[in-house]
Amino acid sequence: MTATAIAARAPTFLEEVIARTPGESHLERCIQCGTCGGSCPSGADMEHTPRGLFALINAGLRELVLRSNAPWYCVSCYYCTVRCPQQIHITDVMYTLKRMAIDEGYYTESTARDAPEFSKTFIDFVESNGRSFELGLATAYHLRHRPLNAVGMVPMAVGMLRRGRMDLVPTRIKGIKQLQAILKRAKELGGAK
Amino acid sequence: MRYGYYPGCSLERSAAAYHQSAMAVVQTLGIDLVEIDDWNCCGATEYFSINLLPAYALVARNLALAQDQGISNQLVAPCSACFLNLTKTDRYMMESSKLAADVNEALAAGGLHYTPGTVRVRHLLEVIVNDVGYDAVAARVSKPLTGLRVAAYYGCLIVRPGYGGIFDDPEHPTALDKLMRVLGAEVVDFPLRAQCCGGHMTQISQEVAFEMIRRLLKNAADYEADVIVTVCPMCQLNLDAYQPNVNQFFGTDYTIPVLYFTQLMGLAFGASPIELGIGKEFVDARPALDKIGVALPLTEAPRRPERPKEALPMPRMEEE
Ligand code: SF4
Ligand code: SF4
Repeated sequence: MTATAIAARAPTFLEEVIARTPGESHLERCIQCGTCGGSCPSGADMEHTPRGLFALINAGLRELVLRSNAPWYCVSCYYCTVRCPQQIHITDVMYTLKRMAIDEGYYTESTARDAPEFSKTFIDFVESNGRSFELGLATAYHLRHRPLNAVGMVPMAVGMLRRGRMDLVPTRIKGIKQLQAILKRAKELGGAK
Repeated sequence: MRYGYYPGCSLERSAAAYHQSAMAVVQTLGIDLVEIDDWNCCGATEYFSINLLPAYALVARNLALAQDQGISNQLVAPCSACFLNLTKTDRYMMESSKLAADVNEALAAGGLHYTPGTVRVRHLLEVIVNDVGYDAVAARVSKPLTGLRVAAYYGCLIVRPGYGGIFDDPEHPTALDKLMRVLGAEVVDFPLRAQCCGGHMTQISQEVAFEMIRRLLKNAADYEADVIVTVCPMCQLNLDAYQPNVNQFFGTDYTIPVLYFTQLMGLAFGASPIELGIGKEFVDARPALDKIGVALPLTEAPRRPERPKEALPMPRMEEE
């Protein structure tokens, strides 16, 4: 195949995932050894282990991958990453898959569909205050998305308040305007690796 | 020794006890931690899941502030998640000139700039064991924790993946074990010492999160630990505040207090539990403190969170 022929074809799903992951992810090197899945603390609850996901990525099965709950059940513990014999940046790839699932709307069909909403609620508070806000997060997110859980979590929230471990109002940084300008510019620049 | 200090959001409130005890301990050790002015949230694990460049820019604003305020070229983070995000951003900006350029273009919108590699980010535990050293810590011990059985819990992000350099073994770390022994405590075997506490999984799937927490509690209980000692506010929150929920969910009966390593250091240095913020835990630390002859005055009444009768207008349901 000539270089032009390679450039002319559309990128494969694998190439897209690699392109959207910062640094050298080495995802193309996966030898399907399964060390990652065997090390993963939440692997038992994932619809696909990282190894399984990477096989599906290689096979170009985009929808199946982006609908999987696996990236959302990844807790970013980097166990797989330090153990992978191929030095694949597995945790970063999991983040990439989350962003792609959101961008392409597939996450709404995942069994972990609430997870992106939690992330968004968290980010809303950070973008408006510069700091995270646990009480706001607990109430806004749970009442909006998980009313049943919210009730179950009331004793804990009250316990946090009574121990002085939760604020009633958010803290706002002085430079919030500056931070918002930075984030706005970052969003405009978008797709950096 | 003077360092910049990035407390992170948790230490402002939910983990105020960590901040308080850290301040007490570093003062005894002659370390000066100067908080960087107007720092912002590191984005935890959430921002990276949604939007990449803003996630890096959010973290980089802190690095730029640390660089500009000229407190020190070293920045200490006591929270493992903040530590991870700060070291990761610095490292990836060093490795990718495109990322560095984009992040700096974003920062420029706020009149800031960060030169990758100028601020060295370090976790508080690492600074204490490496810069102060075990001998200097030992010299300050006036009330050794003799007879206290401690499970030294590292969690994940302080030892993995090592964006700021490898400080301890990523799977079998020992620094905290050694530190606890220097304080006179008996360190129990704790095979899950570097397993994840679940982070924010409690908000996504309680079943998954509670199982991760249960395993850790069981492991500590199996080895008859009196207390689990942590180096991260998220680990403390998950193991302590969710312990009653985990018990309810699995029908277990764990009552293992979870304290910060700085709180145990403070006790060994002779500070009072109140000065160290002890007493804000969900799981009563008193039985553990009894073993080392430390009495915790009864300030806050009932330890077990009761069902609230007032407040929060919500429908009432049977507990799970
Ligand atoms: S550990 Fe690495 S090489 Fe092995 S299956 Fe997982 S990603 Fe592939
Ligand atoms: S980083 Fe994610 S995928 Fe890897 S072991 Fe941890 S939870 Fe599993």
